[in-house]
Amino acid sequence: MNFLLLESLQSNFWQTVVSLKNSFHKKQFIMLLALIFMLPISWAKEATPVAEDPEIEKRMIALSEELRCLVCQNESLAGSRADFANDLRREIREQLKANKSDKEIISFLVARYGDFVLYRPPIKPTTMLLWFGPFILLATGTCVLIIYLKRRRKSFEEVSLSEKQLQQADILLKKNTDGDQI
Amino acid sequence: MTRFLWPLIAFMILVMFLLVGLNLNPRKIPSPLIGKSAPHFQLQQLQELEKTFSSKDNLGKVWLLNVWASWCVSCREEHPLLIQLSKSKMVPIYGLNYKDKRDLALQWLNQFGDPYTASIMDSDGRIGIEYGVYGVPETYVIDKTGIIRYKQIGPITLDALEKTILPLVKELQG
Repeated sequence: MNFLLLESLQSNFWQTVVSLKNSFHKKQFIMLLALIFMLPISWAKEATPVAEDPEIEKRMIALSEELRCLVCQNESLAGSRADFANDLRREIREQLKANKSDKEIISFLVARYGDFVLYRPPIKPTTMLLWFGPFILLATGTCVLIIYLKRRRKSFEEVSLSEKQLQQADILLKKNTDGDQI
Repeated sequence: MTRFLWPLIAFMILVMFLLVGLNLNPRKIPSPLIGKSAPHFQLQQLQELEKTFSSKDNLGKVWLLNVWASWCVSCREEHPLLIQLSKSKMVPIYGLNYKDKRDLALQWLNQFGDPYTASIMDSDGRIGIEYGVYGVPETYVIDKTGIIRYKQIGPITLDALEKTILPLVKELQG
């Protein structure tokens, strides 16, 4: 439908362009352009409210943004369109309605799906490496870099200059500053 | 010589980590329910609507709970194995018909065969949530005291059946 409409609009458009060359229908042309740009606006619709209680919906979304959808693992429960995510959102909504706290709901889900549902897993022996591994790597890297730089500095030999060479350098430097001033 | 040795060793370690990481299956998430008692349910049976089945009916028996659905493609993959297993009568298999329509489920069982001692209906997936189901098929091994001992995520393979599930079932039955 829309495609057909577009097509007819397009053919209209070209007709108008052609007719523009013949007789200058500027007003018509501008109207047409305006119509074309208004098309997407007419397609947009007001978002329909999902739940009766916006407060619960808000809390549900805040909670589910912290939770991983297990089916599509790179999406949060809030963002996923999977059927599974839908079910869990329903579950969260119902538990919120039953006046459960966020903590209770999270522990409910963790008890069933494991820490993996959390985007921020708790700190415990099995997640130590996950939490502190990057910092250990960073510290090791820094140490290696410092040791390497120190060693490299030592490897440079002190260059001793003779009186004559120093004078030569002075002259060269002076020349340069003179040149800059001009 | 040593100048290049250390970076090389570091690189090899990195490669090892990546290799191990690539060979892990991200879909296999260890279930926190293993070692815990199977969540209780009492649901209508698929074939005989007037009957129910409760997770407590099987206390004293080792049994399998297989989550299946007619819309689940991988369920067909494991189905012949389940049929074989049920014929061998080694362990009763109960089906949790997950988020399915009754007529489609019955039709599916007619078409492919029914390995289940009984199937129960979890049409809205609530019991599925209790059991931490996220990818059908899944199979739970539940012991005599009603504790979940093993969870197979995804279809049962011959390998998993022979090397893990059956030895475990025998051990639990013994």
